[in-house]
Formats: sequence, C-alpha cells, structure tokens
Amino acid sequence: MSWEPTLAHFLILSAAVFSIGLVGVMIRRNAIIVFMSIELMLNSVNLSFIAFARYRFEMDGHVFAFFVMAVAAAEAAVALAIVIHVFRHKRSVSVDELADLKY
Amino acid sequence: METLYADEFYFLGLIVLAPLLGAIINGLFGAKLPRKVVDWVACGSIALSFLFALISLQGLIHHARNFEGDGNFGPYLSYTAYEWIFSGELNADIAFLFDPLTAVMVLVVTGVGLLIHIYSVGYMDEDPDKWRYFAYLNLFTFSMLMLVLGKNMLVTFIGWEGVGVCSYLLIGFWYSDAQKAQAGQKAFLVNRVGDFFFILGMFLIFYMTGTWDYVQLGEMAMSEDAQQLARLIPIALPAGLLIFLGCTGKSAQIPLYVWLPDAMAGPTPVSALIHAATMVTAGVFLLCRLNWMVTLSPTLMAIIAVVGALTALVAASIAIVQNDIKRVLAYSTVSQLGFMFMAVGMGAFVAAIFHLMTHAFFKALLFLGAGSVIHGMHHEQDIRKMGGLRKLMPWTHATFIAATAAIAGVPLFAGFFSKDLILWSAMSNAHVFNIEGVMSGIQESGQSLNDMVRELNVTEAPLEAVELVGMSAGLNWFIYLMALFTAGLTAFYMFRLYFMTFWGECRAEEETKKHIHESPNSMVVPLSVLGVLSVIGGWIGWPHVVAYQFGDRVQNVMLGLEKWLAQTFYVSDTYRIVGRFGYGSDIYLLEGLSIAAAILVAGIGIGLAYYMYIKRPELPGIVYERAQKLHKVLTNKYWVDEAYDVIFVRRTLDLGKASYWIDRYVISGFLVGGVSFLIQSLGRVLSNLQSGNVQRYSTYITVALVLIFIALLAAVMFGG
Repeated sequence: MSWEPTLAHFLILSAAVFSIGLVGVMIRRNAIIVFMSIELMLNSVNLSFIAFARYRFEMDGHVFAFFVMAVAAAEAAVALAIVIHVFRHKRSVSVDELADLKY
Repeated sequence: METLYADEFYFLGLIVLAPLLGAIINGLFGAKLPRKVVDWVACGSIALSFLFALISLQGLIHHARNFEGDGNFGPYLSYTAYEWIFSGELNADIAFLFDPLTAVMVLVVTGVGLLIHIYSVGYMDEDPDKWRYFAYLNLFTFSMLMLVLGKNMLVTFIGWEGVGVCSYLLIGFWYSDAQKAQAGQKAFLVNRVGDFFFILGMFLIFYMTGTWDYVQLGEMAMSEDAQQLARLIPIALPAGLLIFLGCTGKSAQIPLYVWLPDAMAGPTPVSALIHAATMVTAGVFLLCRLNWMVTLSPTLMAIIAVVGALTALVAASIAIVQNDIKRVLAYSTVSQLGFMFMAVGMGAFVAAIFHLMTHAFFKALLFLGAGSVIHGMHHEQDIRKMGGLRKLMPWTHATFIAATAAIAGVPLFAGFFSKDLILWSAMSNAHVFNIEGVMSGIQESGQSLNDMVRELNVTEAPLEAVELVGMSAGLNWFIYLMALFTAGLTAFYMFRLYFMTFWGECRAEEETKKHIHESPNSMVVPLSVLGVLSVIGGWIGWPHVVAYQFGDRVQNVMLGLEKWLAQTFYVSDTYRIVGRFGYGSDIYLLEGLSIAAAILVAGIGIGLAYYMYIKRPELPGIVYERAQKLHKVLTNKYWVDEAYDVIFVRRTLDLGKASYWIDRYVISGFLVGGVSFLIQSLGRVLSNLQSGNVQRYSTYITVALVLIFIALLAAVMFGG
C-alpha cells in the first residue's frame, strides 16, 4: 500500500511548525531561543513554498525558498552578533531586560 | 484771498492743524520744555487757529457775496486735505466744510477756547503736570474743530470720539484721586453708549443714501426730485432718532445726562471749555448740521423738543438744591442744553445756535468765575461756606454778575435775546402748527398747499402732513409753558448761587478768610473779555418787533445772526416760515407778548432769590422744613443715578460675573478642560501599550492578525 503525502499534509505541518515558532517568539525569554523560534517560522514558510511549488509544477516557490534561506543565514549572523554584544553589555540575554528603546 | 477757490480753501486745514501741532509739541516735549514755552505754545496755537478762522470767515463772506445759488446748500468753502477712503461706493476724505453754521461754531471754539487757555495759564500755575494739561487741552480743541469742520460724517465722527477721549483724560486729570478717575470713566462710558447709536445712525444713512457728505446729503434732502427724497424720507425718523440718541450722550440730555455733573471733577477751566462752552454743544451742532433731515420727520422733531424741554426742567429743578458751586453750574448747563434741543425740535435752528453761542460766553464765564472763586478760596467749592466775596474779589464779582444776569435773562444781556428767541419760537410754532391759522395764512398769501408743504419740508402727502402739523399745536403750547417755567427756575437758582457766594457775611473759616484774594491778571483778563461778550454777545439777534422799528442798515446788524445763518437754514427754519405764511408783521406783536412774559418770569425768579437769600435768610430753612420730601427728591437728583446703578450698572456687573462664571467653569473648565482630560487619559492608557518589550509587540501583532483573519473569515462566510 503506497501512501503519498498531499499538499494538505505539508500545509498542516507547516502551520504547526509556524505556530510552534510563533509561540516560542512570544513566550520564551532567552533571546537565543527566540531567535531559534524565528528560524523555525522562516523554515515553516519555506516548507509551504516548496509544497506549493511542487503542487503547481512551477519554479517560483523554489526561488523564494532559496532567497529566504540566504536572508535567514545573513540574519543569523547579524542576530547572533547582536546577542553576543547584548550579553557582553548586560550579562544576560533575557529579552525582558531589553526594553530600553521605548524611551 | 480772491485767488483761492472755494473748494481749495487751505486755511481750513490750518485751523485744524495749529492745535494739533501744539498738542504734539507739548505732549512729546512738554515735560522738558520751560513752563513759559509750554504756555506760549498752547495759547499761541489756539490764537493762530483763531486767526485762520477769521481769515476763513472773511473768505466766506466774500464768497457768499458772489454766490449765485447753484443748488440748495447755500454758500460754503471746503478743503480736501487728504483722500482717505476711496473704495467702491464708500468715499470719505479728510475734508473740511466751512459754511455760515460752521463759521459760528469755529469762532466760538477757537475764541472762547483761546480765552480759557489764557486763563489756564494762571489757574494751573502750581500744577507740575501743566504741560500734560495743555497737551490734552490742545488735543481737545483739535478734535472739536474736526467735529465742527468735518465735511462728511466720518470726519465729524473722528472729532466726536476725539473730544470724548480728551474729556475723559481731562476729567481724570488728577488721576491719583480715585473718585476723579472714576468720574472720568463714567463720562467716557456714558458717552460711548451714545456714540454707539451715532454709529448706527451713520450706517443707516450710508446704507440708504450711499454717502456721508453733508453737502450731497443736504442737496438730496432739499431736492425737489421725488426720487432723491425717497432715499431719505424712510430713514429720517430712525436715523434721526439714532443720531439724536448719540447727541443725548455727548450733550448730556435725558436719558444720558448723568455724566456731566460728575464731570466737574476735572480742573475748572476744563469744565468751562469742554463741559459748558464747546463739547457738550456738539449734539446741538450736529442736529443743526443735519437740519434738513430733522425737519423731514415731524415725529422726530416732537421727540427732540419734548426731551429737550424735559431735560431743561429736570436739570433746573435739581440745580435749585445743589450746594457745590460747580454742580449748580453743571446742572444749569444740562438745563440750557435742553433749551437748545427744544429749539432744534421746534425747527428754530437759528435760535438753537444763537443760544449755543451766548451760552458759550456766559457759561464759560460762570465757570471761570467759579474757578476764580475756588482758586481764591483755596479749593473750597461749597457755597454755604462762601459769601461776601463781592468786596474781596471785585473783578470776579463784576464779571460773574454779568454772566448771571445773562443766563437769568435780564433784558439786554446776551442770554436774554437767545432764550427769548427760543421761547418765542415755541409760541409762534404753536400758531404756525395751528392748522386753521395756516390755512387762512395760505389763502392770504395765495400759495398752494403743495408749496406750503414743501416750505415746511414735510414731504409726505399733503393731507398727512396737515394732520401731523395739526397735532403739534397743543404740544407746542405745552413745551412753551415748560420752557417759560424753566426760565423762571433758572433765574432763581442762578441768583441764589450769586447771592450766596458774593453777598452777605463771609461764612468761611477764619484761616481761609485771611487768604482770600483776587486772582492773577492772566485769569482776570479772560474773565473781563467774556464779561463784555456776555453783555453785548446777544446784540446780533434782537427781537423782530424791536428790529423792525429801525431802518434796513440797522436791521442788518440787529438781526445779523439770523440773516447770516439763514444762508444755511433757509429751507428748514420755522422762523422764515412764520414770516412767509401771511402773518406778516402782525405775528410780531405776539412776540412782544412773549418777551414780556419772559421778562416777568425772570423778574419773579430773581426777586424770589433776593427775598429768600438776602431779605429774609431764615426763609430757606422754613421752606426746607415744610417741603422736606420734595427737598429729598431734589437733593437725591430724582434717584436717577441710583436707578441707573440698579438697572444698568449692577446688571452689567452681574452679566460680567455670569460671563466670568461661564468662562471659568463651562468654557475653560468643562470644554477646554474636558477635551484635554480626555486626550490625556487616553494617552495615558495607550502609552502603557508601548512597553518596549519586543515580545509584547509581537503578541499584539499576532492577536491583531488573528482578529483580522477572523473578521475576514466571518465576512466571507456570512457576508454572502
């Protein structure tokens, strides 16, 4: 009995991963975890792109996925650098303490 | 002189300019100038002005002689100094008009003004702020000249407001005294009420006619073209009434006379110049200037005459019980102004201006004499503390008696002739306005009714006019009797004042008594000049019954003023109408009767005063005992001030308080405060959202997205 995953499966998985990431962004204190959750959200979107691309037999989704990965890589570099600097400065990576910009 | 055109007579501008320059020099540099220079600048500028007025008079006489009579306005000189407003229909220049009426006014203002300036040099000698005083006084003269010389109503209005301001400044001249400063304020505010009506009247006239120019308006009113007249007739009553209300403010008539007695707080020469001789006569002058409009509405004339007669009577009755020398004179001024308005209301414009002129002489003299007494008595104003001054101050006494005789109407003194002319006008009006007499007069003279109606300047349909004129007969008798009674009262209270001040024993305190002295020359000389004028000033307006006994040349002098002013008033003045309607010289026999009545009444007044205050000095006390209630009413001035206080002043204050409350609690508190409170609290709530916490922000975004998503979903599912 052969089983082929359909578009819906991919989309449900993508939505689940996106939600997990979203919740992670909203509730986790550690900046690195938050950052990882964002990566999770980005990748869930990537999954949707690929799924749609395959479903429609078009290349646009692939191209987008590559762009997202490239941007995510750049972002990771910048974000980690920021986190390290914040840690050096504050001796903590808790996002709760990073509310100075409201002033 | 011959080279000057009548409409470019620049001396008119110079008349006005001289006092203005004096005011500027003294006002800006007076504090630093030597006192002598201040005196010379002040008096010199008015003297120059007087000189220019004489030159203008000569020019006018010359012009009138060659005047051929184009149009109805009569001969006049004019000068446009500056094209001020030129906008569409509205066209008002700083322009001056010099006709026989203005000539009289300008000569009075500058002539009497000059004498009072000279007098002030002595009177204000001890005052450190003399320069300020003279600057105001010059400024006043400038404004007054603007008022009388204005060729359109706007220029007149500038002067009208200017004299009001100067009056305020001079009443409150000693401003450190709160009471005096308040008197100034009262005068100013009451005047402003009148001015407001004046403005409304001006606007109404402009709205209907499109011009403020006296000459154009006059031509319109006296035109025989029905279309021209139709623009003025409907507004003659409302506009005339508004302007008359303005005049009651400036000229201290009922209902706005209350400021004048308080205005006596100013220096005495100011009372003489502003509150007796010139400014307060502005209303009379203005109505005479607009005589052709006044005569368009018989109703308006009746109102003016009644108000004038009432004011004369009320003020005279108050004057009887006043003990402050200046207050007696103040009420007497109000009363005499009432006489003038009465004359205006009866169409006796010549009589009004004649009385205005003689009044300027003798009332200025009375005030200056009072000032001399006050100066000599070291600022004592209560006549109960005077007496016996006739030996101590002979010059003051001699001039004062001349003025008192003049105002009381002693024959041959100035006031006799002018007051008599007013009384006679009232009496003859009663005859003219007796329609049967008019009809028979018309039959004799052979004129048609329409002609007569035009002569009377009643331009309604003839029948209506006859009705209106017919109604006035009884009213004229009533006014005549009131005026006659008032004339008697005048004689009484003026001689009461005179006897109490100058006769009997001196009732001053010993200390003051030693220092009573005659005033310096600079004060005595103007007194003497005015004294002479108070005697001979009336000799240009003899009764016709006397004048007609002489030849033409003498007549021309004896009726000089009437003949001179007739050039201005020749359409309006009832005097000429009397002559025209068949009465001929018969009517002048009645004049003899009127004169006899006036002399009799004056005699009774004087005799009574003599009897009560010289012969039997205990009598006033007895009368007082008997008539305490009446005395109380009179000393309290009929409680008019109190009534005004309750009706207007308090209510205005209440309004102010209510406005304050509304402003404080409703507008500022509820509206402004409410809005700011709302925005502040909203801001406070919303600013909590900006926590700086990134996670919260992301939560907001998520929640918002979810809500939008739900909304879209709902829209798709249920929206159809």
